[in-house]
Amino acid sequence: MSSRIPGHGGLVNSSKPLTFQFNGKELEGFQGDTLASALLANNQLLIGRSFKYHRPRGLVASGAEEPNGLVGLGEANSFEPNARATTTELFDGLVSCSQNHWPSLEFDIGYVNNYLSSLLPAGFYYKTFIHPRPAWKYIFEPIIRKSAGLGKPTKGKDPDKYEHFYAYVDVLIVGGGISGLYSAKVAAKSGARVLLIEQTPHLGGQASIDNPLIDQGSIAKWITELTKELEGMNNVTIKARTVGVGVYDHGYSLAYERLTDHELNLNGSRHRLWKIRAKQIITATGAIERPLSFANNDVPGVMLASAVRNYLTNYGVSIGDRTVVVTNNDDAYRTAISLKNAGLSVPLIIDSRPSGAGELAKTARDLGIRIENGKAISIVHGKDRVKGISLCDQVGSGTVLEEISCDAVAMSGGWSPVVHLWSHCGGKLNWDNELCAFRPDTQLPPTGVNGLACLSVVGSANGDLLIDDILRVTYEVTLRVIKELGLETNEAPLPSTKGIKENSISAVWKMPYGASTKLKSKTWLDFQNDVKVTDVELAAQEGFESVEHAKRYTTLGMATDQGKLSNINGLAILSESLHKDIPSVGTTTFRPPYSPISMGSIAGEARSELFQPIRKTPMHDWHDKHGAKWEPVGHWLRPYCYVQKGESVKQAVFREVTACRNKVGVLDASTLGKIMVRGKDSGKFLDMIYTNMMSNLKLGKCRYGLICSENGFLIDDGVVARIDENSYLCHTTSGGAENIHSMMEEWLQTEWWDFEVYVTNVTEQFSQITVVGENARRVLEKLGCSKICSDSLPFMGWVDEKVFGVDVRVYRISFSGELSFEISVPSNKGLFLWNEILSLEKEFGITPYGTEALHVMRAEKGFIMIGDETDGTVIPQDLGLDWALSKKKNDYIGKRAHQRLYMSNPERWKLVGLESTDGSVIPEGAYAIGLGENEVGQKVTIGRVTSTYYSPTLKKGIALGLVAYGPDRLGETIQFPTLTNSVVEAKIVSPIFYDPDGFKQNV
Amino acid sequence: MKRYSSFAIVREAFRNHSGWKKAWESPIPKKKYDVVIVGAGGHGLATAYYLGKNHGITNVAVLEKGWLGGGNTGRNTTIIRSNYLQDPSAAIYEKSRSLYENLSQDLNYNLMFSPRGVMMLAQTEHEVRGYKRTAMANALQGVPTEYISPEKVKELCPIINISGPRYPVLGALWQARGGTARHDAVAWGYARKCSDMGMHILQQKEVTSIISKNGRIGGVATTGGDILCDKLCIVVAGHSGALAEMGGFRLPLESVALQALVSEPIKPVMDVVVMANTVHGYMSQSDKGEMVIGGGADGYNNYTQRGSFHHIEETVRSLVETFPMISRLKMLRQWGGIVDMTGDRSPIISKTPLENCFINCGWGTGGFKAIPGSGWATAEMVASGEAGPLASPFSLNRFKEGRFIDESVAAGVAH
Ligand SMILES: Cc1cc2nc3c(=O)[nH]c(=O)nc-3n(C[C@H](O)[C@H](O)[C@H](O)COP(=O)(O)OP(=O)(O)OC[C@H]3O[C@@H](n4cnc5c(N)ncnc54)[C@H](O)[C@@H]3O)c2cc1C
Repeated sequence: MSSRIPGHGGLVNSSKPLTFQFNGKELEGFQGDTLASALLANNQLLIGRSFKYHRPRGLVASGAEEPNGLVGLGEANSFEPNARATTTELFDGLVSCSQNHWPSLEFDIGYVNNYLSSLLPAGFYYKTFIHPRPAWKYIFEPIIRKSAGLGKPTKGKDPDKYEHFYAYVDVLIVGGGISGLYSAKVAAKSGARVLLIEQTPHLGGQASIDNPLIDQGSIAKWITELTKELEGMNNVTIKARTVGVGVYDHGYSLAYERLTDHELNLNGSRHRLWKIRAKQIITATGAIERPLSFANNDVPGVMLASAVRNYLTNYGVSIGDRTVVVTNNDDAYRTAISLKNAGLSVPLIIDSRPSGAGELAKTARDLGIRIENGKAISIVHGKDRVKGISLCDQVGSGTVLEEISCDAVAMSGGWSPVVHLWSHCGGKLNWDNELCAFRPDTQLPPTGVNGLACLSVVGSANGDLLIDDILRVTYEVTLRVIKELGLETNEAPLPSTKGIKENSISAVWKMPYGASTKLKSKTWLDFQNDVKVTDVELAAQEGFESVEHAKRYTTLGMATDQGKLSNINGLAILSESLHKDIPSVGTTTFRPPYSPISMGSIAGEARSELFQPIRKTPMHDWHDKHGAKWEPVGHWLRPYCYVQKGESVKQAVFREVTACRNKVGVLDASTLGKIMVRGKDSGKFLDMIYTNMMSNLKLGKCRYGLICSENGFLIDDGVVARIDENSYLCHTTSGGAENIHSMMEEWLQTEWWDFEVYVTNVTEQFSQITVVGENARRVLEKLGCSKICSDSLPFMGWVDEKVFGVDVRVYRISFSGELSFEISVPSNKGLFLWNEILSLEKEFGITPYGTEALHVMRAEKGFIMIGDETDGTVIPQDLGLDWALSKKKNDYIGKRAHQRLYMSNPERWKLVGLESTDGSVIPEGAYAIGLGENEVGQKVTIGRVTSTYYSPTLKKGIALGLVAYGPDRLGETIQFPTLTNSVVEAKIVSPIFYDPDGFKQNV
Repeated sequence: MKRYSSFAIVREAFRNHSGWKKAWESPIPKKKYDVVIVGAGGHGLATAYYLGKNHGITNVAVLEKGWLGGGNTGRNTTIIRSNYLQDPSAAIYEKSRSLYENLSQDLNYNLMFSPRGVMMLAQTEHEVRGYKRTAMANALQGVPTEYISPEKVKELCPIINISGPRYPVLGALWQARGGTARHDAVAWGYARKCSDMGMHILQQKEVTSIISKNGRIGGVATTGGDILCDKLCIVVAGHSGALAEMGGFRLPLESVALQALVSEPIKPVMDVVVMANTVHGYMSQSDKGEMVIGGGADGYNNYTQRGSFHHIEETVRSLVETFPMISRLKMLRQWGGIVDMTGDRSPIISKTPLENCFINCGWGTGGFKAIPGSGWATAEMVASGEAGPLASPFSLNRFKEGRFIDESVAAGVAH
C-alpha cells in the first residue's frame, strides 16, 4: 500500500485538507501536495495505461521527467489532456481522470495487446498491413488511430487568456536549486540584474531533500535565508512555477510561467510566455535519475529511488510498506536510510557493484538493512502492483537466488545531467565514463552574437554531484560569467560544506548482464511508448544503427517526456548491440521545449479580435452601420457592397454600378497605398522603380505607372503624382502598399544607398474619397471646390482645395470610366468629409459603393486589376501595356528580365475581352481548351478567364482573359469547359466593353 | 530479401524475431560505379530505385553524409497532394501521388500512405478565385479536385472554426485522394529495395569535392576516400548550393530553415489535412495522435537546422485561431530542416554545365509528396542522358529563358 506517514512531509500542510476528484472518486489531500503525491497518499498507485500494450502503469518519478503519470484535468472547455500529475499542484475542487483505457483504468480491453506483444515488436507496422491495398486506409489505420493517442481531445474555445512578457537582464539563471540560488547571489552581489526561474513552486531543489550540512547548519535554513536575501535585492527577480523551455540562436531564451494552474478560479492570464534576452545564461537545471533495466521494471510500485525519497520527505507519502532498493550507485542508499528512519521496512538493498557503496552503506548497515553486493533483480512479480522480486547475480543470465516479497522497488541507475538547454542552441557534450553520463563540453559552448560563450552550466546539470564540488564550481563559473560583463564581487564567499564521499557508479545498462531474451522482452526502456530492450536490439539487428534511426524505428524517447528517463538507457543498449562505445554512437538532438508548453501560451494575447488586428479607415463604423458586407483586403476590411433591406448582395452591386454610371457614386478609397518619395534623387529613383518615366512628370500632374519584379512580372500599379520639385506621391494597390514600401527600402538600402531619397508610407495619414459619375463635378463644386473645371483641372491632374476650411487635394483620375475625382484629406477629417458629401445625397442621388462595383466597372472599361489579370506570371506586354515600358530609359527593375527569350515568345497568352455566346457569366477561373492532349496526357489549354462578371451596364456576362494569340483572333469563338461537364462558348472581343472612346471620363 | 508480411511476423515471433535480416547492408565501397547519387534522402533513394527498376541500372552507389533519410525527408510534415496549378507541376506531383497509392505493395514496406484528403482553405475573395481556378485547371490536368463550401469544410473537419471573426472560411479546395504517409518509412522502404537490388547505400560518407576532367564528371572525393563514376546525380536539397560549387557551377537557390512542431498525442479529432494559407499554417493528426503543425519558412538564409521561435509563434497563433481547441494542447517538440528554395518555387531536375552530372533539387517546402515521381523522372534523365516529358519543364534553362513555373500564384505556402 502507498499511504501517508504522519509527521513527515516538509511541503504539505496537514492542517489544510483539500478535496479533489480522480475518475469520479472524491479523495482528500493536503495543501502543498502535488496531484501525484495526493493520489499516492490515497493508495492510487495505478494511474494510467501505456501507449501500445495498455499495461497498467504507476508513477515512476516525481517531477517533469514523469512518463506515466498523465491525466486529464478540468472539465468542459477547460479540460486539459496529458497533464503531468507530478507537476500539477493540488487545489480544492481539482477534477482529474486517467487516460488511454476502455472501459476503465482497472479493466482495460486494450491489455490484450500485452499478450500479443511478441507479434508487435519494434516497427512491426512497417512489415505488415500491406495487403490488400485498401485495408490500410479503411481497416488498419482507423484501428491504430483509435488505440493510439493518449488523452481525450480538448473541446471548443479555450476560456482562458495567455500573455507574453519580455525581459532584458544581465544574467538569466535557470533552476532554483542550491547551485542556482548561490549563483544568483554571486551574480547579484556584483550588481548584475538577475532573473532566476524555477519550474516548481519551491526553491531549494534536491538538496532540501537530502539535507547535507552547510556552514555548520541545516541546508533548509541556508536556503530560506538565501532566498530571503535575494528577494530583498532590487536587482534580482525570482519567478517560481516558471520553466526554462528553450534557448535559441544567440541565447534568445524562452520561459513558461504557469500563473493560475495551481488554484481553481484564479483571475488573470493562465500562462505567461517569457521571451528573455540575457547577456549571459547560467543553467542550474539539475540531474535526472535513470531507471534500471530489469524485467517488469514497469509494474506499478517500481519507482526511481530519488522519487521514493522525495515523496517521503516532502509529502510524507510512502510508496510501499516493504521497499527493495536496487542500485548501481551510492545515492539510492539515502532512500533506504530515509525509509528505515521513517519506520518503514527495507528488506534489502541490491547493489550491482561487487564492492558496494561507501560511507552510506555503513549507515544503512548500522540501521540493520541487509545489503547484497554484486546482485541484481531478475524479475519483478505482480501485475497491477509489485508483489515481490527475484534476486539474482548481476553477472550471469538471471538464475533466481532468492524470492523476496515486497510491495515497492526503489531503483537507481545513476544520474543524467539536464543538458537540454545547453544543447538546444549548439552546446556540445562529452561522455564521462566515470559518471556514466553526458556532460557539457565546456570547450564547445553555445555562443552569442559576439561569437563567445553565452551559456554556462553549474550544479549537477554540469555533472557535479557532491555538494562541495557543486558550490565551488558554481562560484568559479559565476565569477567568470560576471567578469565577462565587466563585474566582480567578493561579497558572496563560498560556504563551507562537507559532502559524504561516495563510491563511483558502475555502468549497468541491463540487469543482469546476460539477461535472457525472455527477461529482456519484459524490460522497459521507454515506459510511455512501450519500448523494450529487445526492441532496441531488434533495431540494431535490422541495421538501424544510427541513434536517430533506432529512435524513430522503436519510438524510444519520442513520448511526451521526450526520453528524459529513457534516452541514455536506450542509447547504451544500442551501442552494446552494435559493439560500439556510447560516445561513438552519440545522442539524438535535443529539441525545444524542455517540457511541453500550451499552444495558448505560444499564441499569447493575439486571438479573436486581436489576431491580426483589423485596419480600419475613419469611415469604417459608418460603413458598418450602413449595411457593409465586408471583404478582407490585406489587413484592411473594405465594404464589398452595402446591402439594403430586402436586397441580395447581387442586387446591391447592380444598384451601385447603375448609380455610378447614371448619377453619382462615392467610394471610400482610403486603403489605397500612398507612399511619399522625397529627396533630390526621387525622379531618378522612381525611373528605376517604375517601368515608365516618372522624372519628367510635370508639377500638378499624375501618371499611371507599373512596377515589375526583378523577373519582369507585373506586381503593382497605380497613379503617381508630382507634388513638388523633389517629391512624388506614389499610389499603390490597397494590398500592395507594405510590399512596395519595403521593396523601395530594400533597393535604396542595398543597391542605391547613394541616392538621396526618403520613402514614407503615408497610407494611414490620408483618407481618400472617390466621387464618380456625371454629376461628380457638381458635387465637388457644391462642397466649395473652385478649381476643378475641365480647363483648370484636366484629366490626370491634381489641385489643392479647401473644403469647409479643411485642406484637401483633388485628383482627377478614373478607374471606372466615368468622370471621377479622388479627394484626399487628412485622416482625422475623413469621416467629416464623407458625411458632408453624403449630406448632398438627396440632391445628387449619391450612392456609396463597394469594392465589387469598383471591380465590375473597371472590367467594363477593360482596366486590369493586380491580382486578377496578374498572378506573378504575367508581364505588362501580355496585358497590352507595352506603352508603359519606357524605351528611353537605360534601365528599370524588370527591364533585363524582359529581354529573356520566353518573354517575347509570341505564344504568350495576351489580354482580350470575352463574351459568352449565350450572354451568361463565364465561370470564375475557367480555362479555354485547344486540341487534344499534351505529352503527359493533360488537356491542351489556350487561355483562361482572369475576371468575369455580370455587367449591369451592358446587361450580360463579360470577362477579361488571357488567350494565346488573343488580340489577333478577335471575333473567334473558343471553348471553356466547366466543372459540371458542360462547355461555355465565348467570343474573343476587345477588352474595352464600355465607352471605348473615353467620352464619359471627360465630361 | 526476406518478404515482410503478417505471416513472417508470426513465424518470427516463435523465434524471438532473431531471423530478421538487415533492412539494408553496409557494404565496402567499390572503386567505381556506373552511377553515383549524392544524398540518401527520399529523392536520392527513389532515383536509385527507379534506375534499377525501370532502367536496369544497378551498379549504383548512394552516398550520404549522415544517416539515410535524416535530411528533410525525415523532418517534414508529410503532406501529399497534387492539386497544383501549373501543368508541369500537376503532371509530376500527380504522377508521384499515384505512385504513392501502390508504393507500399511495390516496396513491400508499409509506408502508411493514407489518402485521407487534403483541403486548402479559402479565406479571402482572392483565394476563392485562386482555388476555383485551380479546380478548373486540375480538371483538365486529370487531377480530381473539388471546390467545396464552408459547410462541407465543417463536416469534413468539425474542429475548424469557420466563422472568423478575422478570416471566416469561404470555401476550400479539396483533394480527396491527397493525404499523408510515414516519412521515415519512405526512405527506409526505398533503401531496403535498393540494397536488395545490389546497390550500395553508403552512410557517413560526405562528398567533399567533385572530380571532373575536361568538363566531364569523373567521380567524387568523400570523407571515406575517392569514388569514381560515369554519371553523377546530386540530390542534396538544402546543400545543393554547396555541391554545385564543388562542381564549378551556381544554382538559383536559397537555403532557409523551415520549421514544424507537434503537440502531445490525443485521441483522433481530425481525419483530414487542412492548410490555411491566408494565415500561414497547416495541421493534420498523425496516426500516433500528435497534431502535426507547420507554417512559413524563416525570412533569412541559414544552414543550422534550428530556426527561430518567431515562426513557431506565428504559426501557432494562426492555428489557434483556425482550430480553437488546440489552445489547451501542448507543444511537444519543434524542429527545422533546411529547404532549398528557387525563385519560382518549383524544383530543378536538370542536366548541369558539367557533362554527365545531373541535379535534382529545389523542392523547397514541398518535396516529400514528390519523392516517387521525382525519382521516376530523374532516373529517366540519368539513364538516357536527356530529361523526359515529366522532367524537361524543370530544367535549369528555364531561369535563363524566363520560362518559370510559378506555383506561389495559387498558394502562399506549398507544402
Ligand atoms: C519542416 C518541413 C516540413 C515539410 N513539409 C512537407 C510536406 O508536408 N509535404 C511535402 O511534400 N514536403 C514537405 N517538406 C519538404 C520535403 O521534406 C523536402 O522537399 C524533401 O524531403 C526533400 O527530399 P530530398 O531527398 O531532396 O532531401 P533530403 O531528405 O534533405 O536529403 C538530402 C540528403 O543529402 C545529404 N547530403 C547533403 N550534403 C551531402 C554531401 N556533401 N555528401 C553526401 N550527402 C549529403 C543530406 O544529409 C540528406 O540526407 C517539408 C520540409 C520541412 C523541412
